[in-house]
Amino acid sequence: MARITLAQLAHSYLKAPSGPADYALKRMDHEWEDGGAYALLGPSGCGKTTLLNIISGLLRPSEGRIAFDGRDVTDLPTAERNIAQVFQFPVVYDTMTVFDNLAFPLRNRGAEEDYVRRRVGAVAEMIGMTDALGRKAQGLTADAKQKISLGRGMVREDVNAILFDEPLTVIDPHMKWELRTQLKALHREFGHTMIYVTHDQTEALTFADKVVVMHDGQVVQMGAPEELFARPAHTFVGFFIGSPGMNVLPARVAGAQAWIGEHVIPLAGDHAPQERAEIGVRPEFVRLAGPDEGIPVVVRRVEDIGRHQIVRAEHAGREVNMLAPEGQAVPLGEARFAFDPEAVNVYVDGWRVPARDEKETAR
Amino acid sequence: MTAPAPAGARRRFAFNGSALTCALYILFLLLPIYWLVNMSLKTNEEILSSFSLWPRDLTLANYMVIFTDPSWYWGYINSLIYVVLNTVISIAAALPAAYAFSRYSFLGDKHLFFWLLTNRMAPPAVFALPFFQLYSSIGLFDTHIAVALAHCLFNVPLAVWILEGFMRGVPREIDETAYIDGYSFGRFFVKIFMPLIASGIGVTAFFCFMFSWVELLLSRTLTSVDAKPIAATMTRTVSASGLDWGVLAAAGVLTIVPGALVIWFVRNYIAKGFAMGRV
Amino acid sequence: MNKTVNQRAWFLVLPVLLLVGFSAVVPLMTVVNYSVQDTFGNNQFFWAGLEWFEEMLASERLHNAFLRQLAFSAIILAIEVPLGVFVALNMPKRGVWASVCLVLMALPLLIPWNVVGTIWQIFGRVDIGLLGYALSALGIDYNYTQDPIDAWITIIVMDVWHWTSLVVLLAYAGLRSIPDAYYQAAKIDQASRWKVFRYIELPKMRGVLLIAVLLRFMDSFMIYTEPFVVTGGGPGNATTLLSIDLVKMAIGQFDLGPAAAFSIIYFLVILLLSWVFYTVMTNLDAQESRK
Repeated sequence: MARITLAQLAHSYLKAPSGPADYALKRMDHEWEDGGAYALLGPSGCGKTTLLNIISGLLRPSEGRIAFDGRDVTDLPTAERNIAQVFQFPVVYDTMTVFDNLAFPLRNRGAEEDYVRRRVGAVAEMIGMTDALGRKAQGLTADAKQKISLGRGMVREDVNAILFDEPLTVIDPHMKWELRTQLKALHREFGHTMIYVTHDQTEALTFADKVVVMHDGQVVQMGAPEELFARPAHTFVGFFIGSPGMNVLPARVAGAQAWIGEHVIPLAGDHAPQERAEIGVRPEFVRLAGPDEGIPVVVRRVEDIGRHQIVRAEHAGREVNMLAPEGQAVPLGEARFAFDPEAVNVYVDGWRVPARDEKETAR
Repeated sequence: MTAPAPAGARRRFAFNGSALTCALYILFLLLPIYWLVNMSLKTNEEILSSFSLWPRDLTLANYMVIFTDPSWYWGYINSLIYVVLNTVISIAAALPAAYAFSRYSFLGDKHLFFWLLTNRMAPPAVFALPFFQLYSSIGLFDTHIAVALAHCLFNVPLAVWILEGFMRGVPREIDETAYIDGYSFGRFFVKIFMPLIASGIGVTAFFCFMFSWVELLLSRTLTSVDAKPIAATMTRTVSASGLDWGVLAAAGVLTIVPGALVIWFVRNYIAKGFAMGRV
Repeated sequence: MNKTVNQRAWFLVLPVLLLVGFSAVVPLMTVVNYSVQDTFGNNQFFWAGLEWFEEMLASERLHNAFLRQLAFSAIILAIEVPLGVFVALNMPKRGVWASVCLVLMALPLLIPWNVVGTIWQIFGRVDIGLLGYALSALGIDYNYTQDPIDAWITIIVMDVWHWTSLVVLLAYAGLRSIPDAYYQAAKIDQASRWKVFRYIELPKMRGVLLIAVLLRFMDSFMIYTEPFVVTGGGPGNATTLLSIDLVKMAIGQFDLGPAAAFSIIYFLVILLLSWVFYTVMTNLDAQESRK
């Protein structure tokens, strides 16, 4: 169990990177608290797996340092970092039995056979494979194999951290939920530092205390799920989290007001004047408005998804969505949308600008 | 794995060890070939009188002998003719058969497949004499087609085997979709299926070429003058002209060239091909 | 994979059947025909029953050739398979160097077999060959035409030179099919290099190694041209392997009856081995598809 510090870390797969575009991971400083349960969330190709492999030592960063509990481990090979990692696709040792598979990491460290038997028994129970311990791993289903991979990741008690790289991709949905719950329980019980990579926001939000959102090789925001929802630090976070994502519209901002064209949008806080800004508001905080407020839109489509309705509309060629309660009649065609001032965020160059009187929150 | 050495340094060290192993092995492979090339560029006097690691008196005379004497260069042409004939026949016959084995089960399929494979394992020495009598009796002795047909004995089973391995990797849904779309079997096979296994066909052609090119026992037994392969020309000329080492070496070098060219074209598929499409 | 039953598939197999049938069945019948007859020349043949078979099975000559053959095959397998795997493990995984290695290593496989013989015949000569010259310069008494041990060493080194690359290429193909994640997981699990080989690489190479072992076994069992060019079966009968002996008997001495009986026994031995080969292969394939 360890605190993991990344200092001035950057990575490029090219030998001589010439610009920011050549970096798979842009320069970052970051700290993972000891015992935290983190989700690393972002679309495919944003650098999540690269970052994970750097932490586990499978990849050496081209720039910067990485430290466990303040001890520099940048040049240490994987074996000496004492990290567990579970991969996206199952990795099992085909010729071994399930028991030997689970015991493998322990035996490699020279653990006593007594202890091995106890640990493997406990882990097998956790992943629900007690009955299969004596079987060859070869003939098992992909599901079962991935559970073994998970089990191998959890079998060592003294690891510095456990890293999960989209581990539930091949597992079917109801089992996913169960395993995720198991992982959470495991975290509560042993307090390992856990980093869980995923591109599935539900998975991230339910697993983690802190979600780290990555975009284009950099960390754009770290925070509790409700923070990501209420105050996305970057328009990307707004888009990526929530379904549908946050509405973003170009606007002019001054004081407690924003203008979209000639339409006035009231804001909750006081802002420095900005000619080229954007405002972001989640569909949850959009409502149908009377003739004198909000912005004019054209409603294109209404999707009823059971719990509520998604109203898809357009303003000046840009998509604006609204969540309407079940049963509310929303006619197609012209309408007006208004935004809840408390829920309107202001962005400049993609990054959120807090109001002058707002308390600074950690990014 | 206990000494805490920097990961980078260790990787570089391992790379060097591997590179050294590979280099030594390749050196072992190339040394005899180099020696052959070396000899082919020397005069007979130099070969016999002095020992040198490279030709002191570089000469292309040995190659000139081969390129100007029809009995030499016809050996190459003969070899190439029957090798190409054999490759074409083997693949043409093996394609539908491999498709049948990979897609359908039919009466006796397993036994048939096994019987085919046994022919790949039949020692050519066993067949040399009966082949000679068979082809003599039907008037095909000393023709290219005789050698091409004889080499089918081991090349067709091999071709069926390799192609079947590749075809098994093509999902059946593709066949079914094509039939639903109204393709006839022949049109589907040529227009859709063959492009899909193009690399497999290339690898198979490579193997047919290879085994037909390197075989000597049958091709020598079945020919005397008109279709005599280069490999047999070599053995005869050597014994007749009292060991003309330089020309012998030059002829040997020239037999390596076609193989080297063919390898270059299939280099990306060669590993998978050697595993008969079963990796 | 479950295949559809379709008896018309026989039509697709027909060309192969005719072609191989013509090349295999007709000559085989000739051999069988000879094996049960005797001749005093003049194309007069007499029924000889199984006499030739009995003679051959009891013949010391065949026994000796058979033992030499077994020894040869066993030795080259014991060298080529471990060496091939070792080289494959050390090959570059991808990139230009991998291609270069593959092409260079495949080179000996495409040299006509008698040229392979010629290359080594020259290479090993004390007067004009690099190997022979170097050995005698080192003071080692080496002469493959006189000394049976030297002759054996020469044909074994030649076969290793000729065919180890086949094992390398097969093993390399097997290694390439292992996803990176396996090696990464092994690092995470702190497995030693030996354990990576034992539990990841070896199991993944099992299929191709089986092909390699059996192909090399079959082909070395049938070997004729290369040792014949180098040693002609000598000195004495020291390197007279089965095929060399057979050709000597059939073409050299024109003993058609015994040679034919010899052929059939030889062929049956190979057939038995093929059957083992085929059974193991299909079982392996079945295991693969059950996964």
